[in-house]
Amino acid sequence: MPGATDTKPTKPLKNPCNLCQSVRAILKRPKTGQQLCKECFFHVFETEIHNTIVDNKLFNKGDRVAIGASGGKDSTVLAYVMKLLNDRYSYGLDLILLSIDEGITGYRDDSLETVKRNRDQYQIPLLIVSYKDLYGWSMDDIVKEIGRKNNCTFCGVFRRQALDRGAIMLNVDHIVTGHNADDIAETVLMNILRGDLPRLQRCTSIITNDTSEDSSGIETSKILRSKPFKYTYEKEIVMYAYFKKLDYFSTECIYSPNAYRGHARVFLKDLEAVRRTAIVDIIHSGEALSASVQANESTKLPTMANCTRCGYISSNELCKACLLLEGLNKGLPQLGIGHTTKIRRMHEAANLASGLSSPVSLSSAVADGSAEEKVKVVTHIKDLGQLETMPTLDSV
Amino acid sequence: MSQSDATLRIELQFSGGMELLFDNQKTIHAKVPAFFPLDTSAEDKHAATIRDLISWTASNLLKERPELFIGTDGSVRSGILVLVNGADWELEGELEYELEDRDEIVFISTLHGG
Repeated sequence: MPGATDTKPTKPLKNPCNLCQSVRAILKRPKTGQQLCKECFFHVFETEIHNTIVDNKLFNKGDRVAIGASGGKDSTVLAYVMKLLNDRYSYGLDLILLSIDEGITGYRDDSLETVKRNRDQYQIPLLIVSYKDLYGWSMDDIVKEIGRKNNCTFCGVFRRQALDRGAIMLNVDHIVTGHNADDIAETVLMNILRGDLPRLQRCTSIITNDTSEDSSGIETSKILRSKPFKYTYEKEIVMYAYFKKLDYFSTECIYSPNAYRGHARVFLKDLEAVRRTAIVDIIHSGEALSASVQANESTKLPTMANCTRCGYISSNELCKACLLLEGLNKGLPQLGIGHTTKIRRMHEAANLASGLSSPVSLSSAVADGSAEEKVKVVTHIKDLGQLETMPTLDSV
Repeated sequence: MSQSDATLRIELQFSGGMELLFDNQKTIHAKVPAFFPLDTSAEDKHAATIRDLISWTASNLLKERPELFIGTDGSVRSGILVLVNGADWELEGELEYELEDRDEIVFISTLHGG
């Protein structure tokens, strides 16, 4: 019997696979509670992802598709499965690995070695794009400058744009990422907890095309992005990688312990322990809420133009990444964090009135604010003294 | 060998980053007591279960940060998968599974980026 070598010699076959009945089960599926043997698990795992791809019409024949690859569990399994399904079902896709080097020593440099191994193991070409090359700042530089409080915001914005830029360099139609069902459920929770309706509206979509922009100024390009693992449980991804002996890198980002997502993740895992359908239920709620937010959305869609600094799609003069970089380069770490309208206004006012000598002249430039608001606005600048000697936008 | 001295040879494997809590060892060949005291009585003992193994591992093998290994109710922290002889522990009774000599127990952490 094929399964006999998996069991210890003295044990009879127990826990037979629910599907094939002939081999010992090695996994209990979180999604269905089914007990499956290794081969049936592989088959079910791969086929469900194939069905997700086909049912949602994610690709067209001949598409060039970049796989966002970090060397971590999700992207490694994604690369493996995309290649497998592309071959098995003749999707006709041109697959490329696209990796972002944020410049995090002891984390990203190690995981990039894993991606290079994946390139060789799966025979898929690889492009690595680095923050240092694109922006002049690595995450190590950024954290040194601003500390550990908002660094994930910087990293997220920069990575999104870096992926788009990499995709443009590669001339791809589509980017796929390894976001799994657990991730999406966490994101739904986070967006509810933070009252982020625009993100809530988008986060359960399996495809994001995105010429749209949310109210906090995150811009995106026209390259399609999708999440083939939207309905795939993290536990199954890990078990798949384990039983297939796939090579992946597994350490927490050294700057992440303070990330808000960590709280949502712990909460979700605890919820799951009590009610095993928590993940799929939350995604379901998220999808329903998305339709609701969309129907009620009364903000007008901003007109899209191009960033005056870098040319990236933006509805403001400066795209979000350039705004954040501006803050970094001028020692204004709060620039671009939180609600940007006030800060942009204040920043423009500060530039107009160069040679300021006192906070009073600054706050009078923000004429519409109340007295309390003016006080709040002033405290956003880390070092008031810098304002007086600050170069204008043109001279940078 | 008296009951209180009997040990089981258990092979522990750590992956997904778990090994960092154990001095970067991916495999540890442990000798785990075969019997553990019942909660209520120090004299009566029961056959070792995975629940016992987890607390024993935390006390004897863990080099740092027990809260990254142990979760609520003496189980592993949420997000850590456990395999017993190559199978999901959910198929083997989870915490109540009784250890046998030469069992292979794998702890895989999923708590990291993808």
